[in-house]
Amino acid sequence: MGEKVFTIFIASALINNFVFARYLGLCIFFGVTKKMETAVGMSFTFTGVMVIGAALNWAIYNYIMTPLHIGFLKIVIFIGVIAAFVQAADTIMKKVTPALYYKLGIYLALITTNCIILAVPLINADEHYGLFESMALALGSGAGFSLALIIMASIREKLELADVPKSMQGLPISFVLTGLIALAFLGFSGMITL
Amino acid sequence: MSTNNTSYWTVFKNGVFGENPVFRLALSLCPAVAVTSGVKNGTLMGVAVLFVMVMVNATVSLIRNFINPKVRIPSYMFIIATWVTVTDLVMAAYARDVYKQMGLYIMLIVAFAIVLSRAEVFAMKNKLIPSIIDGAGMGMGFLLALALIGVFREFLGKGALWGFQILWADGKPVKPMLIAILPAGGFFAMGLIMGGLNWIDRRFFGGTGSGGGAH
Repeated sequence: MGEKVFTIFIASALINNFVFARYLGLCIFFGVTKKMETAVGMSFTFTGVMVIGAALNWAIYNYIMTPLHIGFLKIVIFIGVIAAFVQAADTIMKKVTPALYYKLGIYLALITTNCIILAVPLINADEHYGLFESMALALGSGAGFSLALIIMASIREKLELADVPKSMQGLPISFVLTGLIALAFLGFSGMITL
Repeated sequence: MSTNNTSYWTVFKNGVFGENPVFRLALSLCPAVAVTSGVKNGTLMGVAVLFVMVMVNATVSLIRNFINPKVRIPSYMFIIATWVTVTDLVMAAYARDVYKQMGLYIMLIVAFAIVLSRAEVFAMKNKLIPSIIDGAGMGMGFLLALALIGVFREFLGKGALWGFQILWADGKPVKPMLIAILPAGGFFAMGLIMGGLNWIDRRFFGGTGSGGGAH
């Protein structure tokens, strides 16, 4: 049990890294990695929302949707739950910890329709994971995404000084860079066989 | 009548070329890399997106007068989620082998910025027919972009197109660059095609050549 949970964590953080191996969350990945500060802020918000969102959706899927046999509605219900939760978190944070809200609030708005946040509960449902396994997947994915954001942000800060051909500036060169990092992440594959 | 036709054509063309969702607006990039290791997968994904976009734009346009502006974003989300569920179930039933490979990405059409943004920018303000045309144009632009990336990657990675082997040497299939169908290859292909289109735009059409430069 414990071993499987740990395996899922490592696999989702490194081997099946959401950005480099599953190509999800690219919009945010390219959007917030211009500055290190925003990348770090996004990482924390993202991991938090992902873990809580996965737990909420796990409970709803297992205790409400499965007994009622409405599993086919999972897309509609998961996105509703996540949107409602993010909105609630936004309101509560504004009231309770205004300081934290002004630091991380802007990221919350971006997160609602992010593919990774939605992908984690969908994978949990498809694989019939238990609570601990779902949490491991959410935490691992959060850690993997944070790692990706921070690596990319530190490279892009250096890229500002590089002399890039005009046609390749901006997104194209970022894609090529991501490809190089993905190549490095290929080295992790085969580390654990699931 | 002719002016009407021209304007429909302009709307359609805008989606395919002027504001191509993948190369110009740089929205919804995830599937552009994820499912394009082959032309077939890329095209099927494009068809799924095309269908969802047309239906969502039509639905939003039909009920736009009944949606309270304060809850319009959640309304879009539920409309999109409904049509994605329809697509998902249809593909699961009739395209079993493809669905196994890209089922997750089909479900994630729901989180595509491009679908939501067309509902907000276009369908909410226009009548039924132009909205359908706009959805079709944007979906078509998306489909063509995915197919283009798929052609590059499958040809370089496997020496094949649409699953048929093209390059042979001594009776054995040739795989020129295996890396092209690996995850990393998707990013390279994407970056290089985008850069190439920027170059063509600047060199021959006098554009600014800043596709995706907004990021």
